[in-house]
Amino acid sequence: MNTSTVLRGAPGTGEGARASEASRPAQAFMNPYLAGVGIGLVLLASFVIMGRGLGATGAFSSFQAWIVQMISPEHAEANAVYSDYLGDEHPLLAWLVFLVAGTFVGALVSGLLARRSKLTVEKGPRIGTGARLVLAFVGGTLTAIGAKLALGCTSGQALTGGALLNVGSWIFMLMVFAGGYAVAWFVRRQWT
Amino acid sequence: MTAIAPFYKLEMFGDGAGLAFALALGFGFGFFLERAGFASSRKLTAQFYLFDMSVLKVMFTAIVTAMVGVYVLSTIGLLDFSLIYLIPTFVVPQIVGGLALGIGFVVGGYCPGTSMAAVATGRIDALVYVLGIFAGLTVFAEGFAWFQPWNEMTSLGKTTLPKLLGLPYGMIVAAVVVLAVGAFLLAERVEARFRGAR
Repeated sequence: MNTSTVLRGAPGTGEGARASEASRPAQAFMNPYLAGVGIGLVLLASFVIMGRGLGATGAFSSFQAWIVQMISPEHAEANAVYSDYLGDEHPLLAWLVFLVAGTFVGALVSGLLARRSKLTVEKGPRIGTGARLVLAFVGGTLTAIGAKLALGCTSGQALTGGALLNVGSWIFMLMVFAGGYAVAWFVRRQWT
Repeated sequence: MTAIAPFYKLEMFGDGAGLAFALALGFGFGFFLERAGFASSRKLTAQFYLFDMSVLKVMFTAIVTAMVGVYVLSTIGLLDFSLIYLIPTFVVPQIVGGLALGIGFVVGGYCPGTSMAAVATGRIDALVYVLGIFAGLTVFAEGFAWFQPWNEMTSLGKTTLPKLLGLPYGMIVAAVVVLAVGAFLLAERVEARFRGAR
């Protein structure tokens, strides 16, 4: 396992993400505007085909409700949050679970094709692996609470609702950027 | 013209086919996220250190693309906008939730969707981040009695910017396009200025 700095000195080019044993270097990332059009067309297709946008957090909620239901069905049924994701169907037969499964496979294929897949802990040069993993965990926890409060995450709210000109989504999106910039200085040693 | 979309809402196919479409759409989403470099926490968080503003560029290009598509298709009558699911607006929870998610983003390095792409390409920090997501979901669910009043504050219902502002849909679409182009021009200048900060 290589825990050294990836992308050192070369963010945006994908150059640093190369696997040392690979004969050919990792490909550069796609032009961001082009990648944005790609994601936008997938989102548009989702609106046209399904009448709904993309999302991610709901899939995690379904997975969690399924686990809790296996441990204690009474506890899961009695809780308004878990029971929201439980019905007559199996909890994993949810639309967002399939979407996120597809997201995983799509990224897997893209990463392998571009030789960017690598078992590694991503971090800047000024932080240890242990500290990086603690911050990753804390960040995930905060993100999940934020997404539950806001009824969606960057995919379900900002991206999907942004394209539909949803009022709450635009408020949410501006606040995501505000929150990120507000604390970026405090965690700068993790990334730069 | 009679609306022919959204196909699923007009019952052109059932739930099983819907799940198959979910897999296909997810594949496209994950593929382009990885292509953009969004399976990398350093690439993502660079947005907040100003030397690589790909997050803003990708997100706003995607929003503009889908927004213009929805506008054109619903204006010519092919797509029934009223059948597309809209998340209801709750002002305070979406302010607080957005701030928490933004902080979690720069602290953890990902958001939920990008963390999946990162796990798929071998990022161990993303796997730990996903464990954090489950911890956060557990805190929220088990503490729901405490969160619930917060969650239901300042409800505006399902509403869009054109409705709220009482302006034509097309005018807001045009304004967002102009805003996005301005943001892109600014982002290019900011990146050039902070390129040494990486």
